[in-house]
Amino acid sequence: MPELDTVLLSRMLTAMTLGFHIIFATIGVGIPLLISIAEFIGIKKKDPHYTLLARRWTRGFVITVAIGVVTGTAIGLQLSLLWPSFMQIAGNVISLPLFMETFAFFFEAIFLGAYLYTWDRFKKPIYHWLLSIPVVLGAGFSAVFITSVNAFMNTPEGFTMEDGKIISINPIQAMLNPATPSKVFHVLTSAYMTSAAILAALTAYIIIKNRHKAKAYYKKALKFTVIMTFIFTILTALAGDISAKFLAEYQPEKLAAAEWHFETEEAADLILFGRLTDDNVVKNAIRIPKALSFLAFSDFNAEVKGLEEYPDDELPALWVHYMFDLMVMVGMYSLVVTFIYILCTLKRKWNPHKKWLLTLLVLNGPLAMLGIEFGWIYAEVGRQPWILRGYMKVSEAATTSPHVGKMFLLFLALYILLGVLCVIVLRKMFKNNPVDLEMKERFPSFVEEETE
Amino acid sequence: MNYEIIGITVLWIFLYGYLIVASVDFGAGFFAYYAKKTKKDHIMNKLISRYLSPVWEITNVFFVFFFVGLVGFFPDAAYYYGTALLVPGSIAIILLAIRGSFYAFENYGSKQSDVYMFLYGATGLLIPASLSVALTISEGGFIDVVDGNVQLLVKELFFSPYSWSVVFLAIVSVLFISATFLSFYANRAGDTSALKIVRNYALFWSIPTIIASLTTFIALSRHNPRHYNNMIDLWWMFGLSVACFMIALLCIYFKRNYGMAFIAVMLQFFFAFFGYGKAHLPYLLDPYITIHEGATHEAMGLALVIAFIAGLLLLIPSLILIMKMFLFDADYVKGKK
Repeated sequence: MPELDTVLLSRMLTAMTLGFHIIFATIGVGIPLLISIAEFIGIKKKDPHYTLLARRWTRGFVITVAIGVVTGTAIGLQLSLLWPSFMQIAGNVISLPLFMETFAFFFEAIFLGAYLYTWDRFKKPIYHWLLSIPVVLGAGFSAVFITSVNAFMNTPEGFTMEDGKIISINPIQAMLNPATPSKVFHVLTSAYMTSAAILAALTAYIIIKNRHKAKAYYKKALKFTVIMTFIFTILTALAGDISAKFLAEYQPEKLAAAEWHFETEEAADLILFGRLTDDNVVKNAIRIPKALSFLAFSDFNAEVKGLEEYPDDELPALWVHYMFDLMVMVGMYSLVVTFIYILCTLKRKWNPHKKWLLTLLVLNGPLAMLGIEFGWIYAEVGRQPWILRGYMKVSEAATTSPHVGKMFLLFLALYILLGVLCVIVLRKMFKNNPVDLEMKERFPSFVEEETE
Repeated sequence: MNYEIIGITVLWIFLYGYLIVASVDFGAGFFAYYAKKTKKDHIMNKLISRYLSPVWEITNVFFVFFFVGLVGFFPDAAYYYGTALLVPGSIAIILLAIRGSFYAFENYGSKQSDVYMFLYGATGLLIPASLSVALTISEGGFIDVVDGNVQLLVKELFFSPYSWSVVFLAIVSVLFISATFLSFYANRAGDTSALKIVRNYALFWSIPTIIASLTTFIALSRHNPRHYNNMIDLWWMFGLSVACFMIALLCIYFKRNYGMAFIAVMLQFFFAFFGYGKAHLPYLLDPYITIHEGATHEAMGLALVIAFIAGLLLLIPSLILIMKMFLFDADYVKGKK
């Protein structure tokens, strides 16, 4: 077991904060889009079910936003507290998107407050819907900017360094570094996919429990969220493919680590799961011939760089292979399950509300979130030992303060508290205010057309 | 003008903005708890929650702007403060996290509990106290650099009269600013029974505020004579600050112009804060970092300033819209919407 030095503890604390934060960040980026679309459908179809859907999601959403805000503030400060040397360089070169991220969030926060409190305030409901657009944009652009900072850590560009000193800077080039487009695309699509999957999972869970009378409401909700999950899963897969091709060209060691690809070769096989012996021989793996070459360059015979081309002390831990494979599996699972559901809704005689299918959809929510975590762990650990690839190693960047261990325990307690309270509050919120009652209260004239 | 001057001015404006909006929020938390303990919460809390609901996230953003901007404009400062402030910074984050999330849990979620009200009140005083540590160490004498490693001298910090006078000033200022704002807001809402209470708070906390300002002045003269002498050279700014304080006090005492009283309080802190800040220059961290050596490259400075202006062009109209909808919509303030 490695010794718990300051560097490792700093990594653990950062990993814990981000691992907790990205749950809420993902929801925070994805759910506004779904709320906005649901409200729009409600207005266009004049169907209060969709309006209520948007309204109830918003109420739950603000709770998760609050945790996203406070943990986001935490990671923002922790970067300076735990990685002061890194932030010294980052501040010089990549602070522009960090700064703009704050603006984007500010924009979102302003309009989220307005959106939340003005449901009944406008004569024309479309005006209220318009308020959702800045929220969706603000959330999306927050993700774009912050992802570009992370992209910069992988492919730093836009500055020249001489003798450890930065001599010239191009902030725009740093922001639009080669990793930015593929990363941004992957982060956005997977956030939308995961948010939709989680809402679908909650809806499916409620239908299984059958505690509610508002069946029409929940069936519409399920159909809407599953279709959204399906669309964004396809886009996420596309983004994943683009990311792999990006890695093959710009960061080959990261792809090679994920694929246990040791020797540079043409027509490289894709390795699924398996295990490594002590002398790095792959055992018990599924090999797909030439698939890695195809994944990397859309050409079954292309040459893919292997780990042998890099010095040993510049390679990431090879267990990221499992993170990569698990992430891909989650995506496949989501694609298959949502496709089956959609097929069932299209075929007249098939029932999309069978318990086994609903159960699979319930599982898809937490799995998608795990997929986010796996993908993120792969992205971060796969960059090791670098904090700024080619320029600064993680071990050179950490704080020298001896108190990181204690801070780790403090924050652990904080996140446990916040996580538990979040679940309790959300449960209470929706239990005490069931759909059928709220429907009657808000839309007394709307008669449920479907009685079962 | 140089980017470092623009940069520090922008950052100082953010910090000033945070000082005002966060003080209103923090103080309101304390008053809400106090009102509950003295069984006056039925009068007070409706007023407080109506104001706070839409703004707490916006308050938080001012703070984030400040430290993100500091990293951007003055990366060296991020290095020194980051290393030195691990413990107080972490404590401040945890307090902010508890306050922010509990606020959301209770207000969007369920009914108010005693534990929550206590934490809400307590964090309102503890957060300014812990954040004020950063300003204290900026004066120098609390940081040591050994072999290139930055260390915080905890014992010196803990036994320094200056550091405690800053903590005291931070807490009483929060309560004073908040009370004057709530007086204005209660008056605007036509809530006479709440106004009576918060007006008394404002009058009560005005005295400790002026006393704490003076003791901090005196403590600073011992701790950092250079800064103190610079402040004396800017005597007129502090004179204006005291004048504004008197105007505010007179308005509140004679129960007139609560709006002007609050503006006067904002100006009182504006002059004091900018006088303090200007006299602090050129040091960001006495004696290690000045704004000239610690500044970022020109290209980044320019990019940040452009981003800042573009951001403001986007945000100011949005903020005006929000204020029209909530703070200054008479019907909303009175609780009719």
